[in-house]
Amino acid sequence: MRVTSRFVGLVVAAVMLAACTGAAASPSTSTAAPATQPPASASAPAASPSPSADACGKGSLKLTTAGKLTIGTDNPAFPPYFDPDPKDPAWQLGNPKNGKGFESAVAYAVADKLGFSKDEVTWVVVPFDNSFKPGKKSFDFDLSQISYDPVRAQAVDMSDGYYFVNQSVVALKGSPLASAKTVADMKAYKFGAQVGTTSYNTIVTTIAPSKAPAVYDTNDKVVQALKVKQIDGLVVDLPTAFYITGAQLPNSVIVGQFPNVTGATAEHFSLVLQKGSALTPCVNAAIAALKADGTLDQITKEWLSDKASAPVIQP
Amino acid sequence: MALSGGGPHESRALADLAAQGRPRLVHDRRSSRRELVRSVVIAVASSVVFFGVLGWIIVNSSGWPEVRQAFLDERIFWSSLPATLAGFVTNIQLFAIAEVLILVLGLLLAVMRSLPGPAFFPLRFLATLYVDVFRALPGVLVIFMLGFGIPGLAIAGLPVDPFPYAVLTLTLLYSAYVSEVYRAGIESVHPSQEAAARSLGLNRFQALRYVIVPQAIRRVIPPLLNDFIGLQKDTVLVSFLGVVEIFRTAQITNAATFNFTPYLDVALVFIVITIPLARLTDWLVERERRGRASGGLR
Repeated sequence: MRVTSRFVGLVVAAVMLAACTGAAASPSTSTAAPATQPPASASAPAASPSPSADACGKGSLKLTTAGKLTIGTDNPAFPPYFDPDPKDPAWQLGNPKNGKGFESAVAYAVADKLGFSKDEVTWVVVPFDNSFKPGKKSFDFDLSQISYDPVRAQAVDMSDGYYFVNQSVVALKGSPLASAKTVADMKAYKFGAQVGTTSYNTIVTTIAPSKAPAVYDTNDKVVQALKVKQIDGLVVDLPTAFYITGAQLPNSVIVGQFPNVTGATAEHFSLVLQKGSALTPCVNAAIAALKADGTLDQITKEWLSDKASAPVIQP
Repeated sequence: MALSGGGPHESRALADLAAQGRPRLVHDRRSSRRELVRSVVIAVASSVVFFGVLGWIIVNSSGWPEVRQAFLDERIFWSSLPATLAGFVTNIQLFAIAEVLILVLGLLLAVMRSLPGPAFFPLRFLATLYVDVFRALPGVLVIFMLGFGIPGLAIAGLPVDPFPYAVLTLTLLYSAYVSEVYRAGIESVHPSQEAAARSLGLNRFQALRYVIVPQAIRRVIPPLLNDFIGLQKDTVLVSFLGVVEIFRTAQITNAATFNFTPYLDVALVFIVITIPLARLTDWLVERERRGRASGGLR
């Protein structure tokens, strides 16, 4: 396992090197782009020309089900991205259909900009793996806190960001890790994260602990492992950290968040669409409109404002 | 090692496979040879046509470029191979330790179930209950119950690390299967063997130890290897407890790249270790068969 992390480190080093040389070639971006991120031009969807109003007209959209906007997300869907609904046994932890919770609200806002009423939106369960499997997708777009990555964008279309996310560390109250203030303080501990998340990348690249991280199928399992002390701390996005410390594991505490990176290359959540989907420029236009008229800010404030403050972990 | 005698043996087996269904009416050596050549030619031709058409359909399907990119990305294949192999070390440790425990516990259970007479009823009952329960339980449930449950009890002295619990889970699950394989072997030994052993003055335990079990084990080597291969693949269960082994390593790359090629690395590793094992089993069985045919009692 040590060899594994060393290999990952090697790959990361190679990527960084590539990014650095890329930045050196174009000095204008060298200060803005963090070394681990590719140049801004990699976020291809942003660069695509804004579509004509006609192409994004409700009638001319090619949809999974005609007349309906089919939106995918994983189940269970978790707060604060989705809001619990005890009445619907199919979506107990978070029901995307009620428009409550950050991502549910974003989904309906995007649908609204595309011209779909609430009744014209249908939800499908899309496990993470299914969001990027080859072939025809069961959804028009999928959202479940999927972070943009240029490599991922080779397999699917990824929209412009709708939320810039910070990673954070959670530990048990009173544990040695809980009092850590800097990345250096965290080196000696064992961390856990959900597989396939940028949280895992944060452990490997930002913290780079001396012990190989544990990787679980879901955040629930990560929380369980922290509970039984198989790991010293876990890394999740900050809003989820608030859910964990508030609801799932009251005995835990947010140690801190990693400093935000700003700019186009900062880690952000994207909508996932079929590769080459005609809908991609349309949802990008919708997201741009939501940003311009303040709707996205308002949704973010409503659902995540109290979930954004935590001590910043110093390097 | 097992492959040393495999070459000619294999080609004969393939020829047999090709010639299957051929009426064996003519026993003249020359014409039967001609017929063999003809069968092989037909088999090769039909294979070429069959796999050619299948390949053509796949490669020319509209989704092929996307599927090829998702599953057969050469660059990702090579870049994820070192990490995959490093992850496999954990799996090897797991199945090597677990297999030894499984073979011992499985035999113990099988012998317990085979004990005759009313006095041994409690032992038979316990062994039967154990086998019934652990064959029925889903592995995921057992690994979570043990791997998260026992450390959750916070009993001082018990390990917190998930690895021993993974070994324990695999041992519990697979010893139940393996004990049934042993039992089938024990029951396949003709009762006259025990009678003969007893008549020579061996007691019941000695008859079991020196006469029945050795014969039984020799007969069940192929199904035991079957279970061993199953065990190797089930070592990925440990990933549920957060241990980064071969499957989890592939999953991490899969999620980072949105590409399924890393699983091809995993498949290749398992094929590379499974095929020699299968040939070894064939060779052991063949040796056993020849040994018995020549009347040797070794």
